Amino acid sequence: MPKQVPNPNWKDLALGGAVIEPGSAKYNRTGDWRSERPVWTDKRCVGCGVCSIFCPEGCITMIPDKTLDNERGYRPVTDLEYCKGCGICVVECDKRCRVLECIVMEEEKV
Amino acid sequence: MGERKGIEVSIAVAESASACDVDCIAAYPITPQTHVVEHLSEIVADGELDAEFIPVESEHGAMSACCGCAAAGARTFTATASQGLALMHEILFIASGLRMPIVMIVANRALSAPINIWNDHSDVMTERDVGWIQLFAENGQEAFDLVIQAFKIGEDKRVLLPVMVHFDGFILSHVVEPIEILSRDEVKSFLPDYEPAQRLDVDNPISMGPVGMPPVYTECKMVTEAAVRGSYGPIVECFDAFGKQFGRRYKPVETYRSEDADVLLVTMGGISETAMSWVDQQRSQGEKVGLVRFRLWRPLPMDDFMQAIKGAKALAVVDRHFSPGGPGGPVAQEIKYMLYNSEQRIPVVEFVAGLGGRDIYFTDFDKMYKRAKDVVQGAPIPPFELIQARGGHYGEV
Repeated sequence: MPKQVPNPNWKDLALGGAVIEPGSAKYNRTGDWRSERPVWTDKRCVGCGVCSIFCPEGCITMIPDKTLDNERGYRPVTDLEYCKGCGICVVECDKRCRVLECIVMEEEKV
Repeated sequence: MGERKGIEVSIAVAESASACDVDCIAAYPITPQTHVVEHLSEIVADGELDAEFIPVESEHGAMSACCGCAAAGARTFTATASQGLALMHEILFIASGLRMPIVMIVANRALSAPINIWNDHSDVMTERDVGWIQLFAENGQEAFDLVIQAFKIGEDKRVLLPVMVHFDGFILSHVVEPIEILSRDEVKSFLPDYEPAQRLDVDNPISMGPVGMPPVYTECKMVTEAAVRGSYGPIVECFDAFGKQFGRRYKPVETYRSEDADVLLVTMGGISETAMSWVDQQRSQGEKVGLVRFRLWRPLPMDDFMQAIKGAKALAVVDRHFSPGGPGGPVAQEIKYMLYNSEQRIPVVEFVAGLGGRDIYFTDFDKMYKRAKDVVQGAPIPPFELIQARGGHYGEV
């Protein structure tokens, strides 16, 4: 569950409603927007990192994994606090990977 | 003291902005304010005023550019009228919501259709809700003085709001009047350099103008209400300080021979001077009339007004705009709001006159006074009346 920030009283608002803390968008945990989540199926991924590059939220990181039997030794990990479930990672992977279903979208459990 | 000279009021207003050493002017010409903008562009081009003059593509662009300039921390000035004010309507709310202390002079002119370039208040009255401080000038000196005071009020850290100064199109804008022009040094001693409370700065990055979701928008509007209403104190302080320094002291509600009047005329803007002459004529004939004028329109100076009308037996309110099919003129509406819950129940006789530059003569005031006097003597209060309409408002000729 994303952290709930209490709504401010009118006297506590910044001047002109400005946002005065740079990078404060990180407090908006967009993870609760999604209705499906990307699931990585390790058997077929080659660790190319295209999913990570195309993710619009920057939610996917490639982490090294020596246990894998792929050329690059990396696999993607999704930050579920912010992943909105858009499915772009799946679309971009499918375009390039000779083997399908490295990532699939699974319905979010309620 | 400054130099007193005969000068066209529009030029004087431009000189006032120059004396305030504005940093940015983003404006678009429109009759009858064009001379203000033209003169400003001349003095910037001549190097007399060190400012950025941005010739924009429309008034919408003008106000948008002004918001940008003010956001960057510049003392910003613009001018418009009528259709131009209407065109920048959506940005006016933004200027007040973002607390940008922009000063705008408005040469009040009627709204189309039909196209009419002459003076009335339809442009002003359709902008009551935009969250700007609004002041009315009745003559050229006041227009000059109020621009200076507008910057002082808007930039006050307790206020931080945009300010409109209204002056009558043509009646004032194109008329040569004797005006004391203050120099830049004299104004600087009253209005120091602008120090923005908050500005766009790469070393201290902030975001201005983000989305305000439903959980927070109401609170943001509460801030605007508190800011506009709370500006009353700083406004009166500014009026007092200006009066002390330059000898002309303005008040939120001005009165003329109103103390023992039975019927009070209520006006705003340039026709007030005609009304004052009419009051003098009536008084010389023994009639007990007086005049009350709003100088400060937003925030609405309710206490001052209620004090000014104490003891009157009827008010004759002259509106220069009205809401078709609605409750008459805006000034009368707001007066009735003030009276409704108060112990003073003074009858309000409502007139609409002076639309589209139609001159208001003593004979018009005579007609209004007759109606108000009838009410004082027990006649029923008539509904609002477009008193100058040929053919009569309610069927009679």
